[in-house]
Formats: sequence, C-alpha cells, structure tokens
Amino acid sequence: MPTGLNHPKAAFSYRSYSTLIALGLAAVSICAIGPIIGPTPINWRAVFDRTIPFAENVDAQIFFIARLPRSIAGALVGAALASAGVVLQALFRNPLATPFTLGVSSGASLGALLVVIIGAPLAISGLPAVPLASFAGAVGAISIVYVLARSRRQGLSTSILLLSGVTLNSLFSAIIMFVQYLADYTESFQAVRYLMGNLDVSSYTPIVWALPLLIVAGIGFSWLPRALNLLTLGSTGAAARGVNVLQTQRIAFLSASLATGAAVSLGGPIGFVGIIVPHIVRLLLGSDHRLVLPASAFAGAAFLVTCDVAARTLMSPLELPVGVITAILGGPFFLWLLVRSK
Amino acid sequence: MNIADGNKLLRCHSRWFFLAITFFLWTAASHLGAQGDISKRIVSIVPAVTEMLFEIGAGEQVVGISSFASYPNDVKSLPRVGALLDPNIERILSLKPDLVVLHNSQTDAIEQMRRGGIEVFLYRHGGISDATEMARRLGRRTGRTIKAMMVAKQIEVKLQSIRTRVSKYPKPKVLLVLGREPDTIRNVYASGGIGFLNDMVTAAGGINVFAHIQNEAVRPTAEGVLAASPDVIIEIRAEGLLSPTTTSNQPNVWDALSAIPAVQKDRVYFLTGSDLVVPGPRVAKATERLARTLHPAAFK
Repeated sequence: MPTGLNHPKAAFSYRSYSTLIALGLAAVSICAIGPIIGPTPINWRAVFDRTIPFAENVDAQIFFIARLPRSIAGALVGAALASAGVVLQALFRNPLATPFTLGVSSGASLGALLVVIIGAPLAISGLPAVPLASFAGAVGAISIVYVLARSRRQGLSTSILLLSGVTLNSLFSAIIMFVQYLADYTESFQAVRYLMGNLDVSSYTPIVWALPLLIVAGIGFSWLPRALNLLTLGSTGAAARGVNVLQTQRIAFLSASLATGAAVSLGGPIGFVGIIVPHIVRLLLGSDHRLVLPASAFAGAAFLVTCDVAARTLMSPLELPVGVITAILGGPFFLWLLVRSK
Repeated sequence: MNIADGNKLLRCHSRWFFLAITFFLWTAASHLGAQGDISKRIVSIVPAVTEMLFEIGAGEQVVGISSFASYPNDVKSLPRVGALLDPNIERILSLKPDLVVLHNSQTDAIEQMRRGGIEVFLYRHGGISDATEMARRLGRRTGRTIKAMMVAKQIEVKLQSIRTRVSKYPKPKVLLVLGREPDTIRNVYASGGIGFLNDMVTAAGGINVFAHIQNEAVRPTAEGVLAASPDVIIEIRAEGLLSPTTTSNQPNVWDALSAIPAVQKDRVYFLTGSDLVVPGPRVAKATERLARTLHPAAFK
C-alpha cells in the first residue's frame, strides 16, 4: 500500500516537496524551450528588436504569433487535461475515467463542429464562436451526466456516471457523424481535422478566454487532494473520516469539466493526455494526490508542449495533428511502463 | 440428406447455372456491343463531367447527376443519385443508364456497375489538362466528337491567351485558401502543388507558395504561412460558403499576420462561385478571374 493513503494528513515529506520543485522546474524549462524550436530559422536579434515595427517584423511575428501562443496553449491544455484525468480517476476510483470517457470532450467537439459547419449564424458580435460553442458543449454534456447520476440516490453513483458518460459519448459521436455527413466536402474535411486536435491558435484571444475557466478549475483542484486521498477508500470510508463526500464530488466534477471545456476550446479534443500522464506520474511517484495532482499538471504541460514541437516541425510547413502524436508517443510508452512495473 | 433431396439440389443448381451462363453471355454481349457505341443514357456522379457533358452538347443524354451539381441551370430538374461518399446504386440502376461516370476511387460502385454490365467512365481528379482531355474522351463516348474538340480547343486557346497577357508581369507568390475556421486563421487549408487549382494559379501568372508540396490540399501552420510570405492571398469558396456576414469582416482575419506582404499591400481577396472549384468547362474563365485578381493591369 503506498504511503499517504492511510495517513492522508501525514506531513508532506521534504522529499515530496523537492520532487515537486524539480518537476516544476523541468516543466517550465521544457515549456520555455518549446517556442524556441521551430521549422523556420528566425533571426533572434530581429525578434526582440524594438526599432523594427511589429507589423513588419516577420521574425517577431513568427515567434510571438505563430509559436508562443501555441506553446502556451499546449502547456495549459496539457496541464488541464492531465489534472482533470487525475481527479476523475480518483473520483470514480476507476483507472479508465478521463474527460473523454465521460462524454465531456465529445460534447465539446460537437459544439465546436456545429459552429465550424453551420458557421456564421452563431458568431455573436466578435466573440470567438468556436471556443464558446465547445465550452457550451462540454458544460451541456457534464450537466446531463451529473443530473442522471444525481437522480437516483444521495451522492453521485459512479457506475451511473460512467455508463451515462459512455452512452453520451456514442450519442454525440453519432450526431457528429450525422452533421459531417450533411456537410460539404470542404467542411467535413475541416471538421475531421478539428477532431484530430490542433494547438495552432495563432493569437492570444482564445487563451485569454480560456484563462478564467482554467483559474477557477485550478482553485477547485487545489482544494481537492486530501479529500481525494480519502475518497479512494470509498465514499462510506471517506465520510466516516469526516469528508463531505457530496461536496467533494461536486467540486471535483465541476472543476474537471471546466478544465476540459477550456482545454477543448483551445486545442480541440486531444486524446491520451488525460489517461497517460496521470498513470505515468502515479507509477513514478505513488498515489498521494497532494503529489500526484500538481506533478501531473507539470508533466501534462511538458508532454503536450513536446508533442506540439514534434507536430509542427516533423512535416513542416505542414502540421501533423497533435492528437496523433500524443497517441503515437504516449501509447507505447505507457504500455512499456505497465509491463516494466510488473 | 437422401437421394431425392440431392437430385433436387442438383436440378436446382443446374437451373441456377443456366441462368448464370445466360446472364453472363447477355452481359458480355451487351458489353461488347457497347464498345464504341454512343452512350444515350448517362448518369454522372461527378459535377465536372456533368458540366462538360452539357458543354459539348450531350446534355440531353444525361439522365442522372450528383447531389452537388449546380451548373448549368438545366441540371436542376434531373434526378440526383448521390456523390463521392454516398452513391445510391439503386437509384443509378433504376435510371437504366448505359454509361455511369464515377470517381476512380469509388471501387465498390465501379464493381457493382461492371457486375450489372453497365459501362463506367472513370474520372480522376487531376490538373487543367485533364479537363480538356476529359472533354475529348467524352466527345467520343457521346458522339459529339467535333463539338468536344472545339470546346477543348477553346479552353486551351483561352488559357494560352491568359498566359500571354500576364507573361510580362512579375509573378506574385500566391496563397490560395480553400477553407478555414470561421472568423479566425485557424485550420487554414490551402492548395498544394498538384491539381487544377495549382495549375490555375500558375496559368494566371502566380506562383503557388506551396507548389513544392506534392499534395492537392495542405494544412499550413501560422508559422508556415508567415514563412511562405505570400504577396497575394486569394480565398475561394463555392457559392454560399462565404456568408455575407463573414465576408464583410473577413480581410481583418488576416491582419493578425500583418508581416505577410499580402496583408501589408492590402492584397487579400475573396472569390466565390462553383466555377472556381469544379474543374470543368469553366476552368479557363475561372483562371481568368484569378488572373484579373492577380494582374488587374493586364486586363485594362
């Protein structure tokens, strides 16, 4: 039994702190190196040269418009999806729970697709339509799942949550396919491309829009680790130890959905991050959520920024879908870790 | 199984065998007969071919069209039989065609037509020269050889005159955008180095910035677009895909990448029309639209 589970209020060891700090530094440096790497050689002196007007400075625009926002977006999306994965897995005591298995991200994708395909009518005076719609889709999906799970008894039923999540997933996928089928070739192509995930935000607006949601989700996450440690004992056990189970479940659920909605609005449905990163972190660091949750956020950010560097450099000037890379890099590594740990 | 049953089965089998032979001979005969024959009932699932059939005067022989065909106006009353992804075989067969035009990637449909003994005219997505080549082939199939040759020649002459007109002007680097997310420059999707769109840009006196990429459509990143630094950006869509609300504020979208020469010189254009996206008889006129956009001075 890993330490921390039986003694959730045990002091956070010096070693845990130093691990976290080391991981944090590593993640920050990887995220900082990310935008420096790119397919186009750029003149670094020109990038930071204030005498050249920004409107005419190609090097600066490549760095500040093409690369930096997408690296920031990658870091935020990676951190958000990985943390949401940790929280949902703890909440459902199920290693397969991710934003994806619960229908949240397919709800978000459906919202975004409707805007891509139906287009302009939904664009309200300058507001970014696609992120808003995908966020609405995520919240819509999560509300349905939540209401279903609440309807039966006190507290959330995890089996109903999972089952309704899976059902919603297939339902939304069917609607997505239907919408694509009705669409024009060009639009379905766009839509398919959207579903592969893409961090090329090429402006800071989507990030600014996603940030408030991510901050609220982050506050929720930071409140959770101790309660999650106790929840892994089961809801009765946790309640016996003084955890307000319903409140914990609500906070966990809502902050995970906020994080996922924001992430999908930034990068589309990027798979595998929410399942691989938490598991790798747990394999390496144990199961104390006070350690696992922040460590997963760091690792998720570093992982997605790295994948995005690969996505935009390997086939430049074209771009590999980042979702394909997360799956190709992450899948085998995860399998290897699983085999090795046994 | 007893002997009586076995006999019955055998009889049953031989009946089927006869039927099969007859059917085979009948299909073979009709197939042979059709060789070199003139097709009188044509179903075309490819809008470019449908347009060309009408252009060479074989419009009366067309009895079914693609769900997406919109030109010429005469097609609007014809039955629609699906498209690339969803050909409706039953509807095609019910129109009793003697020639079916299919995309060369529709292997299942091709197989089904051949099984039914119906001749297939295969369409391969290609460059401009494939359009004129297609006109000539269609002419032979429909008994409109001379008209078809004239149409092909007209297209070639028109293209040549465009090339000559623009030849004295310096060639701008062109980004030809086929689609993107509404109101942003995310998920831009542009013409690559093969296909009729690339040919049209070249004939119109431009250089496609992604000409070196051996793909019909490319999905460049913002960095890729900045690095390509196009002198002109032309966005093309079929009718109705650029709605009025978006067209009005669309040039602003590219202002985000103001270091691009096209944005600095205010040379971002939006063209709509099915002529721009269907490599049929209107390909030369569409090329002229591009040429007028790229080199307005050449057409004064």
